[in-house]
Amino acid sequence: MNDWAIEAKRLARSFSDVEAVKGIDLSIPKGQIYGFLGPNGAGKTTLIRMLITLLLPTKGEARVAGFDLRSEPKQIRLRIGAALQEATLDPKQTGLEFLRLQGYLYGLSRRQADQRIDELGSLVDIGDAIKRFISTYSGGMKRRLDLAAALIHNPEILFLDEPTTGLDPISRNRVWEEVRRINQELGVTIFLTTQYLEEADSLADKVGIINHGLLAVEGTPAELKRSMGSDIIIADVGTDTESAIDAVKALDAVGQVESHGTELMIRVSNGAAHIGPVALALHQRGVEVKEIKMHTPTLDDVFLNVTGARFEEVAAAEDVENK
Amino acid sequence: MLQAHVLRKWLQPRTLKISSIVKEQQEIRAKHSGFHRDVVSVAGRAMRSIPRDMEAIVPALVFPVFFFFVTIGALESLIEQAPGIDYKAFQLPVAIVFAVTGISRAVTLVTDIQTSYFDRLILSPVNRLALLMGLMVADFALVVALTLPVVVLGFIVGVEFESGPLGVMMFILIAGIWGLAYTGFPYAIALKTGSPAAVNSSFLLFMPFVFLTTIYLPQDQMTGWFGTIVAYNPVTYLLAALRSLITEGWEWDVLAKGLGAIAGVAVVSMGMAFMALRGRARRS
Repeated sequence: MNDWAIEAKRLARSFSDVEAVKGIDLSIPKGQIYGFLGPNGAGKTTLIRMLITLLLPTKGEARVAGFDLRSEPKQIRLRIGAALQEATLDPKQTGLEFLRLQGYLYGLSRRQADQRIDELGSLVDIGDAIKRFISTYSGGMKRRLDLAAALIHNPEILFLDEPTTGLDPISRNRVWEEVRRINQELGVTIFLTTQYLEEADSLADKVGIINHGLLAVEGTPAELKRSMGSDIIIADVGTDTESAIDAVKALDAVGQVESHGTELMIRVSNGAAHIGPVALALHQRGVEVKEIKMHTPTLDDVFLNVTGARFEEVAAAEDVENK
Repeated sequence: MLQAHVLRKWLQPRTLKISSIVKEQQEIRAKHSGFHRDVVSVAGRAMRSIPRDMEAIVPALVFPVFFFFVTIGALESLIEQAPGIDYKAFQLPVAIVFAVTGISRAVTLVTDIQTSYFDRLILSPVNRLALLMGLMVADFALVVALTLPVVVLGFIVGVEFESGPLGVMMFILIAGIWGLAYTGFPYAIALKTGSPAAVNSSFLLFMPFVFLTTIYLPQDQMTGWFGTIVAYNPVTYLLAALRSLITEGWEWDVLAKGLGAIAGVAVVSMGMAFMALRGRARRS
């Protein structure tokens, strides 16, 4: 049990008649970055609020940092940090006052708090603005300050609820770098929900997708993508599809081939290795290829398969809701 | 495949030397601060926010001063026809009570709830009681600060304290304790509703207390049902205690009744506030 940072068994939460989370099993080892995806209303936020002790489960059990979620929430709070979906800041404090107070609430002395603020400077990266009121900060500055506050006490487990939503690409990269750093150098376990599949793909050791309150699939990004099958080469061959099909079927590596209008869908085990031979075979057969491209399974394909919706559509809908 | 972040490192070599600080970082770990330090931390934030929130504080001072002068102007010559009444001295405690009643950081608390900052606070190991006690420490400092200019105003218009300088301090202390005792109501409303409108209307709760008491006339001139209500109204005894320090000196029995009335209000208001806090911090 102690090897797990987070372990949940049939964890569930209902609100009146609505079952937001229907019974989730999780086993997240120490030091892992776990990416948690799901459409709007799937139960992501409810699950994270249970795990960070803001909400009691109605059924099931869980241990976070080795402590029981129901009976030992105080022990858990000492060992976790959380940056919630909305940056939870006090606009009438300066960034420095806010971080110092955060340190004091976690038992840090003034010297320790200031030391941690110095150390987190590269993440916050707002220079002298740290002495300005938070109400004057941009969205990106607020996000980074929020993340720094979650880290002020060196937590063992960090919960990040959509940590880069609303950030520009540069700020997003900086947060990613910091998330990797605290995971790799300090061994902090990170549980993150995200709107960006690229983020989960790039950061997470393991990904879980929740749908209708249940964990639908779980695995490493590579495993999940592999579960969607092989690569597909798509070639626009004009009207000469019969001849093109014959040409590519002659290749050993080619599996299934289908034509859709002027396009051929060619299933191969390794698209990067075989797109050249496919193009050559078509050329040698005299087929004029107008366009050729390769599609490797992505987490979006996994998401689509599990939830029935493209991830971008869900994220866009969530953006609209948030506005 | 070359990972994007590896590529970025090649393109933009990092200048931050962070490995050297890792060891020190790991030495700093969270722990419970203890109740007193939690109160000081929360109070520090609340105290800092007071001068940044002047738009909420200035009206609290302007209204009682306005009320004081209007009442004096309208009734002083009439009331002082009766012998032995100094109406300015009689009205000064009313202005003080108006100035300090309902002054609290409850609106800040509501904002914290609405912006989820309150979630961040209860996510920390901070003592739950300290979240409220810290705010109340700041409230006490503020109500004492609000009392001072009104007392100075009283001196300027010629009010003198029979109880002397110590009586002035006692006067300010009683006003401060009353202000603190009343804050439980707005905090209870803030924690229960999370609504700024509801908190702002909490001062209305005070209206029956203040108008069904001795704000215009001494208690012995009140009869019938009105006199009965006045006799059961704790503000009557609060005003009597404050007035006694101005006009009579040290009347311990009057002071004791005043402090007792404040204690009664405090038990009710604080009970409501701490129950509401428990409900808000509960994980259900």
